Amino acid sequence: MNNSAGNTGRVLWAGLRALLVLTVITGVLYPLAVTGIAQLAFPSKANGSEIKDANGKVVGSELIGQTYNLPLKDGEETAAPDLRWFQPRPSNGLGGNSVNTRYKLILSGATNRSGDNEDLIKWVTDAKAAVVKDNSTADYKVKPSDVPADAVTSSGSGLDPHISPEYAKLQVHRVAEKNHLGVAQVEKLVADHTDDRILGFIGEPRVNVLQLNTALKNLTAAKG
Amino acid sequence: MSPVLAGILQLLALVVALGLSYRPLGDHMAKVYSSEKHYRPEKWIYKAIGANPNVEMRWPAYLRGVLAFSAVSVLFLYLLQRVQGSLPGSLGFVSIDPDQAFNTAASFVANTNWQSYYGEQAMGHVVQTGGLAVQNFVSAAVGIAVAVALVRGFARSRTGELGNFWADLVRGVVRILLPISVIGALVLVACGAIQNFAGIHEVGQFTGGSQQWNGGAVASQEVIKELGTNGGGYFNANSAHPFENPNGLSNLFEIYLILVIPFALTRTFGRMVGSIRQGYAILATMATIWLGFTALMMWTEFAHHGPAFDIAGGAMEGKETRFGIGGSSIFAVATTLTSTGAVNSFHSSYTGFGGGITMLGMQLGEIAPGGVGSGLYGMLIMAVIAVFIAGLMVGRTPEYLGKKIGTREIKFAALYILVTPALVLCFTALAMALPTPANSMTNSGAHGFSEILYAYTSGANNNGSAFAGLNADTQWFNSTIGIAMLLGRFLPMVFVLALAGSLAEQTPVPETAGTLRTEKPLFTGLLVGTIMIITGLTYFPALALGPLAEGLAA
Repeated sequence: MNNSAGNTGRVLWAGLRALLVLTVITGVLYPLAVTGIAQLAFPSKANGSEIKDANGKVVGSELIGQTYNLPLKDGEETAAPDLRWFQPRPSNGLGGNSVNTRYKLILSGATNRSGDNEDLIKWVTDAKAAVVKDNSTADYKVKPSDVPADAVTSSGSGLDPHISPEYAKLQVHRVAEKNHLGVAQVEKLVADHTDDRILGFIGEPRVNVLQLNTALKNLTAAKG
Repeated sequence: MSPVLAGILQLLALVVALGLSYRPLGDHMAKVYSSEKHYRPEKWIYKAIGANPNVEMRWPAYLRGVLAFSAVSVLFLYLLQRVQGSLPGSLGFVSIDPDQAFNTAASFVANTNWQSYYGEQAMGHVVQTGGLAVQNFVSAAVGIAVAVALVRGFARSRTGELGNFWADLVRGVVRILLPISVIGALVLVACGAIQNFAGIHEVGQFTGGSQQWNGGAVASQEVIKELGTNGGGYFNANSAHPFENPNGLSNLFEIYLILVIPFALTRTFGRMVGSIRQGYAILATMATIWLGFTALMMWTEFAHHGPAFDIAGGAMEGKETRFGIGGSSIFAVATTLTSTGAVNSFHSSYTGFGGGITMLGMQLGEIAPGGVGSGLYGMLIMAVIAVFIAGLMVGRTPEYLGKKIGTREIKFAALYILVTPALVLCFTALAMALPTPANSMTNSGAHGFSEILYAYTSGANNNGSAFAGLNADTQWFNSTIGIAMLLGRFLPMVFVLALAGSLAEQTPVPETAGTLRTEKPLFTGLLVGTIMIITGLTYFPALALGPLAEGLAA
């Protein structure tokens, strides 16, 4: 029995030494080497693909969605969207459970609501009504059937930087009106910032909201 | 181009990419585990371990190595989390509570990567990179080692020797996982995944104010998370987070990484047992189930039945714009048919049937193509069961690859397939019978039950994905899922190695006219049928209460 206990001890000791050696290799050397190469070869991407505005000020990441809201007024729980800017996908909160903090990066996550969940049905219904109302102008009426699914659903990360080209186009008339720009001008802006599928079939067509709004800001600044 | 067509083309591109790497990677792995040569750095490692890599081990010794290494790993990872608050490079995060630290340690060592914590709010650089990511490498290497030991059991005769665990472990890390990870991590950075050691910092926003960003060695962890079929995200949103999975191309690449080793291991198997065609038959079985599941998933997600999705006009809840329905569905199937559990979209918000497909994928035992190593040994166990059933039908002693499947062998195989269903169904029943676990549900009705069924299915099968509405950070779930993960990982390994030892001792029986030709399409059909019937009978009642009820109501 002594022998077997000693044997077990020896194997555990070997296991610990193996773990420590492999930790040095895969937990220290490997990440440091990859970080070194990445920082040399792709410094911008390795550090979060930051986007700067015309003044050179960092306004966020190409990859991380943001809110484009009016300042929070007294008595409001959530800020109202600033309709001058293109709006991102909804990012619904999750109550006290897992949390999605409305485009605040420090915690990412989804609503995890099922298709028959009452909350989700209400969120989607409300979001759809809001999209129809916000985007209808005097001479452009949005029909509920025009609203694409991404405009009324939250993403998986809660940080989706993109909207579908359909949702961007749907916002054109409103954005043009609020910024006193021509519809054609804004349409062109959206077209310029629409990315097709990679190689024609990988991923989905999409519009990066931060890049689009940055370009929109430049356009209004140039004009006004 | 329609989204459906784009989805199909992405699937085809994946098939082509996997096909191109099948032979070179499969042959390379066969060479890695058959070679007598030790590279110089490997010799240093063996010296540091104090193990002689040339000593052949019988199954009890091999198993002792697996269990000792894993036990030490659980303890090390547990302690690392418990002292996080005192370590430098922890971004100011405090030490993890005992129940959650146990759960996480068990989870990463068992190749499950179930996460009851929020990555960006709980784990600093040291624990993520020096603890969790290390287990991503070594737990994967342990899985491959056990699979290779079983393959040697079929390939060798009259010996009982299965190889050397330390050599298999080290070679798996150094010769297979590390080189692919270095290249893959750089590909992901080129796509936009971050790789730095910045702390939490404020970054300006468009409308003023700022966002809080977390830095981290994300790309280097992301690549091995997929390649080693681990699945534990750096961030809470896992591969849905743009810093982990920035665009459509990185998405496809990550799915490729998930599938590449499990599929190629069938080639390694064929090479090592001396018949490439035996490997093809296993590959065909895996590919049939994988493609079938992917087709079903795309169908149900594009059809988007469900009240909320009908109003929205599409099942985009929990899915990212850049991946869409197609890229999300392919990922969801790949991650649940392997032991990965990484997610690029949230399964809880899939359609009722879609959620059911992810659950059934895990319940098959994750064998199509399955986790690295665990997929191959799981599938070979099913093959043993299938030849046994075929043998019963014609009334002769079954054989597989020249080895008799006798009483002893079939007992080990039967025990193997009983472990996970017993864990899943007993724990689910217990959780439903007790008063408090149901408080963790976010959704009610059939979907609430599904959250709990999914949790134990995922834990016991070492997947790690979740119907994440479930608040699993309670003492009950942390402990029971932790136990399910450990038993679901290591009990099957005991039976696999025992079976391997038993097979390796045998004298091969000559092939006769009555031998079942296990390299033929007929056997592939038999194997697919066996898998579906055994799993179907085991889980059908539970699935009927959860995803089937939800799907049929929609």
